[in-house]
Amino acid sequence: MTIKLGVPSKGRLMEKTFDWFGARGIGLRRTGSEREYAGAVEGAEGVELVLLSAGEIPRELAAGRIHLGVTGSDLVRDKLADWSTQVAEVAPMGFGHADLIIAVPACWADVDTLDDLDAVAHAFRAAHGQRLRIATKYHRLVREFLTREGVADWQLVDSQGATEGTVKNLTAEVVADITSSGETLRANHLKILSDGLIHQSQATLFASRMADWKTDEAAARALLAQLGFAEAAEGGLGGLL
Amino acid sequence: MTGAMDPAAKARAREIGERLLGAFLRAGAAEITPDFLQPAGTLLDLYGEDIRARAYVTSDPLRGEMMLRPDFTVPVVEAHMAAGAEPARYCYLGEVFRRQDHRGTARPSEYLQAGYEVFDRTDPEAADAEVFALFARLLAHLRPAATIGDIGILRAAVEGIDTIAPRKDALLHHIWRPRRFHRLLSRYAGLLPVSEAQSALVAGDTGTGAPWIGLRSPEEMAARIAILRADAAAAPIPAAVVAQFDALFRLACPAHEAPERLRALGLPALDPAIARLERRLAALAARSIDTSTLWFEASHGRSTLEYYDGFVFTFAAADAGLPPVATGGRYDALTRVLGGGREIPAVGGVIRPSVVAGLEGRR
Repeated sequence: MTIKLGVPSKGRLMEKTFDWFGARGIGLRRTGSEREYAGAVEGAEGVELVLLSAGEIPRELAAGRIHLGVTGSDLVRDKLADWSTQVAEVAPMGFGHADLIIAVPACWADVDTLDDLDAVAHAFRAAHGQRLRIATKYHRLVREFLTREGVADWQLVDSQGATEGTVKNLTAEVVADITSSGETLRANHLKILSDGLIHQSQATLFASRMADWKTDEAAARALLAQLGFAEAAEGGLGGLL
Repeated sequence: MTGAMDPAAKARAREIGERLLGAFLRAGAAEITPDFLQPAGTLLDLYGEDIRARAYVTSDPLRGEMMLRPDFTVPVVEAHMAAGAEPARYCYLGEVFRRQDHRGTARPSEYLQAGYEVFDRTDPEAADAEVFALFARLLAHLRPAATIGDIGILRAAVEGIDTIAPRKDALLHHIWRPRRFHRLLSRYAGLLPVSEAQSALVAGDTGTGAPWIGLRSPEEMAARIAILRADAAAAPIPAAVVAQFDALFRLACPAHEAPERLRALGLPALDPAIARLERRLAALAARSIDTSTLWFEASHGRSTLEYYDGFVFTFAAADAGLPPVATGGRYDALTRVLGGGREIPAVGGVIRPSVVAGLEGRR
């Protein structure tokens, strides 16, 4: 049996992941036609490359169908309940940076902080008979953040894309979304709350706590050692091996 | 897996539940059997997104979003407000469903609740004592540790602060969110720095250059800015008051000492609430509850769902890893929210038969 490594199947995230492994002496590449999701690994024995959508990698790690996986730290935290009991962070990879933030209409001169947002939500509910709507696809992260901060009178509305447009379209009052440069937010007349940073995400190599590492322990240790985590491999990566 | 009980334990919990239900019926309650599926809208409106994280949400093609009932209180209140005569006593036995987001705890995601609820406006403190004493009698053989509190005392303390109304409203709104409450109180006491943005806003700089978007109107913003200006002009809440609140939230003592200890805080606004506490303690004593072994905690009930607004109680097993055996309290405001213009003082609680079964099994 082999150690399965899940990697995003397309785009910059895939290319950067290939570069990152390449710099550590492990060649990852796609094989077959341009449209075929098949891959090959060079420079590491007993490791199989599995190409997946970045959004599905958390689920595959939690199910133990892959041993290692590359995906955004935001996706793991949002998609997995009690994520740290299901996967372990092996290494942040230094790319794919994005911040999950809360943004409000730029015209709201009276709103700069979560304190303001809370006060506005309370007044909004009294005036409109419904809770302030926050559009997001990061339900767990946003809910846990606002609950921890003690903000009341809001509700989440699901938005799987074009989230920045929901305010203008009157389907939400506030958005919680990923941004790197903030340009899309500005173009849609939104501003970020000064204390509204929920999570700083980057591409991260995760190890599954659910996978069967005994399937090829030698290959797992050799791979981790080659990636520069000899110490972690020695220590069994927190009991994984 | 989480939530699974072996058939013998399940049967035992059911048997205990039936025994408790029988006792509630003998105490004069009418049995009520709410639906498993409850409209999600009502529960979401009451509890907010917290309940979505804790309850199973499903959808019905005609009725929209539904929830597997996470508790009985809401459907019982709805049934009473729709049709009930006064006074009324209700009881029920059935499963509730709670999503468990943490793998380690092994808390069940479905379990039985046996409950007893009293809707009676004649003597609220006597009704509080009736529910508590009934539970205490039914659980006496388990020797649980009982703790009581009173959200009404916290509300009275806030209402008694000598400051502007919007501050008091905001504090009252956040009694159940301790972190935000303390942040607000610190801000109103002038203990937190005012941001540059806020200072500029209060000074009159309200231009952003951005086009107006969204459902919130410019008039709503103007109203909030007026409140912020009034707040900036108002005197800070004295540091001594903040210290009194800290002492109040920390207060924990045998129940029979609580009125004296509360008076010693030096908050005259608490007097009517303390008088109610004394009447409740007397009513408990009249029902043979020893208030010197009963524990009072001023903060009890602050971190639970926010519908309890008066007397609150918990019966806990000695093993802190177990869920409470029984919990309950007063929820007058909930009847107002669900009553469509009507309201009635209401108090009640639930016992978890599976926890009772576990404790009986150890004896």
